[in-house]
Amino acid sequence: MAEIVIKDVAKSFGAFTALHSIDLTIADQEFMVLLGASGCGKTTLLRIIAGLETPSQGEVWIGGHRVDRLPPRERGIAMVFQNYAVFPHLTVFENIAFGLRMKKVPQPEIDRRVSRTAELMHIEQLLKRYSGQLSGGQRQRVAVARALTMEPDVILMDEPLSNLDALLRLEMRAELKGVLAASKTTTIYVTHDQVEAMSLADRISVMNGGRIVQAATPVEVYRNPAARFVGSFIGNPPMNFIPAMKVGEGKWQVAGLTLDGPKADQDRLEFAIRPEDVTVTPGGLKATARVVEPLGAHTLVTCDVNGAPFRAVLESDLRVAPGDDLSLAPKSDRVRWFDPETTMAV
Amino acid sequence: MPQRALPYLLLLPATLFLLVFFLYPFLQIAILAFSSPEGFTLKPFQTMTTHWKFGTTLWNTILLTAIIVPIQLVMALAMATIVTKLKTGRNAILYIFTIPLGLSDLAAGIIWLAIFEQSGFLNSVLVGLGIVERPVLFLGYQNLWVIFVAVILAEVWRATAIVMVILVSGMGLIPKEYYEAAEVFGAGPWKRFLKVTLPMLRPSLQTALILRTIAAFEVFAVVVALGGTTLPVLMGETFNWQFALNDRNVAAAYALVILAISIASTLFFLRVLRTPKGATI
Repeated sequence: MAEIVIKDVAKSFGAFTALHSIDLTIADQEFMVLLGASGCGKTTLLRIIAGLETPSQGEVWIGGHRVDRLPPRERGIAMVFQNYAVFPHLTVFENIAFGLRMKKVPQPEIDRRVSRTAELMHIEQLLKRYSGQLSGGQRQRVAVARALTMEPDVILMDEPLSNLDALLRLEMRAELKGVLAASKTTTIYVTHDQVEAMSLADRISVMNGGRIVQAATPVEVYRNPAARFVGSFIGNPPMNFIPAMKVGEGKWQVAGLTLDGPKADQDRLEFAIRPEDVTVTPGGLKATARVVEPLGAHTLVTCDVNGAPFRAVLESDLRVAPGDDLSLAPKSDRVRWFDPETTMAV
Repeated sequence: MPQRALPYLLLLPATLFLLVFFLYPFLQIAILAFSSPEGFTLKPFQTMTTHWKFGTTLWNTILLTAIIVPIQLVMALAMATIVTKLKTGRNAILYIFTIPLGLSDLAAGIIWLAIFEQSGFLNSVLVGLGIVERPVLFLGYQNLWVIFVAVILAEVWRATAIVMVILVSGMGLIPKEYYEAAEVFGAGPWKRFLKVTLPMLRPSLQTALILRTIAAFEVFAVVVALGGTTLPVLMGETFNWQFALNDRNVAAAYALVILAISIASTLFFLRVLRTPKGATI
């Protein structure tokens, strides 16, 4: 059982505040992804949980024990590093066995556990090699095997797939998901790749500027962004935003169109819709197509709505040419509203 | 001019220099060691090995090296570890540590002579404190071990920094992630040193040990300054045969002995500290 509780954790480097008072609970065996652009503090948070960085304030609890003053080796964690950190002077076998040797596990037990994880990661035939003789993908597998063989309560992963090429990344992603689900460990996974986050996570913590903006399931994060940032960061292409003016109780004018919206006190809100949540139907937003990109299954049309760019993902059998006037009707249950002052969802 | 010839052309001056000023004298020495007015002979070697001083000389040189180099290695590792960990003032400390490197070995020997000789600093302090009544003759032939210790001290003081400098630059090449990985997987500071620093420092250790060991076999000026001929070493005997006994052939034979043990030790370190194929950073 290894629930991770992070209480009011903050970290400053001199005058720069990397993390502002983070509170987060990660359930036992949960796969939590920390997602954000570079510099958002996600790696710092991971390193604080690992014990490679000391928090300026706050507490970290793993499995009911407070660990924020303990060295990494006493936290019951294992880690996969961005550059793998597979020791070049040790064979693959010794790399995987490293942690077990440190714990003085008896040799037969080491042999058994190393060969089992090596088999799991499909690297049995590489055990006698050195890392200089391995490809990036193989090194990655060794790094994961080294973590798994510890049978840790918690596995921490710092952008583990970012150094692989696209095809290999896809393959490893699926494999990691399967292996980690079977291992029944709690996983914290740092990435800046939203597709990776969506596909792997039980829950995603979207981070921005040293804060967690939203921590929810991938679908929830995608469908109901808690803040404008989440909507604009997640989804490719991202959400469209159009300023909205109050014209009556629960009535909002969006680019010349009057829509039902929240009964809010504000005079101005921001209307938001995902590109795939519009249909070409009369009586919608007036749009002029500017760029048309056929993507096979869909066609991505970048239009002008009210003088601002607006992206729509439309059926590919729809014939649209640059310069065409379109009427794009938002699906009413998919419309979201944000307060332009606080940037939070209304 | 063909592009392929250019690198060889650029290397030509250095190659010529080495041929003229290194290989040629070396061949001369080699020939000298095996020649007499009658032609080829092993007589210089016979003279050398049957001389009563030869055994002592060889033994002293090897013993000094066997004591000095390990001490320097341990000290340099400790110093380099500390220097690498420093966040501020690192360069200042490095410069201070390397000051003795700027001195010639003879100057270093004289400095330590000034400490140990009968009217030296050590005696002044001991007399001043009333520990001894009159100055002691430390560096006499009755106290051979004191000369030995003094030479070791002087050599350690003088030449540890060169080992440290090589190790500091080697340690700087080890990526931080390896230490973090070792830490996460259960290695404390000492284990990290043994399991990460030392093995990954192998190429630097190799260079430093080869350089230092060869230099230790050639120890001369420090020994002469502190012990005169009381503590004979190989280099001192070479000098002796060349200039005092005027036998260039025996001197050449000595030079070849030094060369032989230098090559042997170099091969030893190359072998022992080699990096397995594919195991480089």
